[in-house]
Amino acid sequence: MKFNLSGKLLSTTACVLFTLSAPALSVAADTIKFGVAGPHSGDLASYGLPSVNAAKLVIDKVNANGGINGKKIEMLVEDDVCKPEISTNTATKLVSDGVDVVLGHICSGATIAAMPIYKESGILVMSPSATSDELTLSGNYPNFFRTIAPNAAQSPAMIDFAINKLGLSKIAIIHDKGDYGKPLAEGAKKYVENTGKGKVVLFEGITPGAMDYSAIVQKIKQSGAEVIVFGGYHPEASKIITIMKKKRLKTKFVSDDGVKDDTFIKVAGNAAEGVYAAGPQDNSTNPMATEAKEAHKTAFSSDPGAFFEGAYAATVVMLNAIEKADSTKLEDLKKVLQSEKVATPVGDINFDKNGDAIGVGFSMYVVENGKYVVVK
Amino acid sequence: MDYFIELLFSGLTRGSIYALIALGYTMVYGIIGLINFAHGEIYMIGAFTAFIVATVLSIYGYPLLAIVIIAGVAAVVWSSAYGYTIEKIAYQPLRHAPRLSPLISAIGMSIFLQNYVLLAQTSDFLPFPTLISDFDFMEPVAHIVGSTDLVILVTTVIVMVLLTLVIKFTKIGKAMRATAQDRTMATLVGINVNNVISATFIVGSSLAAIGGLLIASHIGQINFYIGFIAGIKAFTAAVLGGIGSIPGAVLGSLVLGLTESFATGYVSSDYEDVFAFSLLVMILIFKPSGLLGKATNQKV
Repeated sequence: MKFNLSGKLLSTTACVLFTLSAPALSVAADTIKFGVAGPHSGDLASYGLPSVNAAKLVIDKVNANGGINGKKIEMLVEDDVCKPEISTNTATKLVSDGVDVVLGHICSGATIAAMPIYKESGILVMSPSATSDELTLSGNYPNFFRTIAPNAAQSPAMIDFAINKLGLSKIAIIHDKGDYGKPLAEGAKKYVENTGKGKVVLFEGITPGAMDYSAIVQKIKQSGAEVIVFGGYHPEASKIITIMKKKRLKTKFVSDDGVKDDTFIKVAGNAAEGVYAAGPQDNSTNPMATEAKEAHKTAFSSDPGAFFEGAYAATVVMLNAIEKADSTKLEDLKKVLQSEKVATPVGDINFDKNGDAIGVGFSMYVVENGKYVVVK
Repeated sequence: MDYFIELLFSGLTRGSIYALIALGYTMVYGIIGLINFAHGEIYMIGAFTAFIVATVLSIYGYPLLAIVIIAGVAAVVWSSAYGYTIEKIAYQPLRHAPRLSPLISAIGMSIFLQNYVLLAQTSDFLPFPTLISDFDFMEPVAHIVGSTDLVILVTTVIVMVLLTLVIKFTKIGKAMRATAQDRTMATLVGINVNNVISATFIVGSSLAAIGGLLIASHIGQINFYIGFIAGIKAFTAAVLGGIGSIPGAVLGSLVLGLTESFATGYVSSDYEDVFAFSLLVMILIFKPSGLLGKATNQKV
């Protein structure tokens, strides 16, 4: 009997202790959950992995200094392979894991698909690379911000470059029919028509992943275009460029930041020489950018890839907003983001009411000796 | 006129590649009535084998012709080994199962092989070495027909002629035709049906490997996913020409390649696939067994 009682007592005490300790434990483990979403595998992984590294560098630094307002930051990394049908799952996973802010997604199509899920839960999302106009200019996604200029700014940059800098006026506009490339191409076409300086001699979509683009290359030649403006990603661009070289077609090729990737040069090889591509503005004179690059080299012993600086900047401004607002609520964060300028590798930035960064634009790059260099 | 000729050659090149892959589909279908969905992956593995061998050999500084021949032979042997093994593992045990089972097994093999190459190699696009150099005598017409186009066309014709000779005049060719007509009867007259089926898979895989090598050096890049689209297009071509018929596969491929090329050239490349598949639908409405397919009655 006595034995029995003590047994009961023991188990009751254990139960009480356990119940009490549970909230205490969760308080101790309270962290700011920082989601990172983008393609970390698949053929576009080279766009997504640099932002994981960027977030890791910033967060490790902040955590080493004691975190934000006494809270450590925890990284939740999820892969969306740049596919809209997968990015919704990625977003659901992050939201159900209780993420506070998200760095990502990388591709526009995947971002657009994922946004409604974050919007419903009031989670701040900031992309270093999704340039689709719809994300900010439509006003549908009040929780979306980005550290790259929208397509609406990229199309004029490409066309202005082709017409004013290269002095060419007959333009063939080609796109990959996707969420990223098509609006870019349409914007370019509209811009040409509005400015009235050049002439669009061909406007066509191609099927991504097709085996062979000889026919479209012949068509470009037939159209008498002096310059091709391409909206799309690097696998298609490198195929077109390779076929163009085979067909001895020397039309200039101007493309977007989906092509401004070292994989493009690696795959297209010699044919890539002389290709122009728009890309996030050149930040080589910004000391913070240099510092971030050095940190990447030390930590991962390699050069950072595409969108690294933008991702680094996005992580810095989001963490700054959380610190200043002392909250992870969307409304509080937005106030800080829109009012306060923060020094980042892409310059001192804050955001307009749509969520676009003020003071971020595009530079034009050209492939020279197997490397992208800024066109002066 | 130049433009027409350019589009014609671009269509013929494309059609020839489709044909090399479509033959594998059609031969296997002719013999065991199975649509081998893993065939596109065999093509992809052929391209990867050629890529690896060619890269290694060029490091050792072999002459280009030697590289092409060794890489080609390696691709053919390796792809054939895969084709043979797939048949033994995934299809032979299901020989007497309902027709749907080997079909699902084939789709499974296709997904497995894609992911295997993705994990074992890389997800990135890889630059395929220039195996076919530009011939000097082609230079005046290079803007119309490239050297690779020429090599693709010539190789395809040679391969077709060889295949026809093998099927018409050799013992194994006769055995293949007999098995295609009636498997049970072929067994009764002493044909080892299992060997004949294996041989069919090996021949089909070899053709796909040659196709893989040629198209990869034409467009200059490969990745693990190239087999899927090539496979779908070649399968379409095989159905278009009448699946099970060898001349049909070649004709269907050329028709498909030319349709795509001319649709791009004279209408719009936005609708390239729309034209290709509308054509398929139209032909199947009026000739349900394909261009050269025989309308066979169900044997009861």
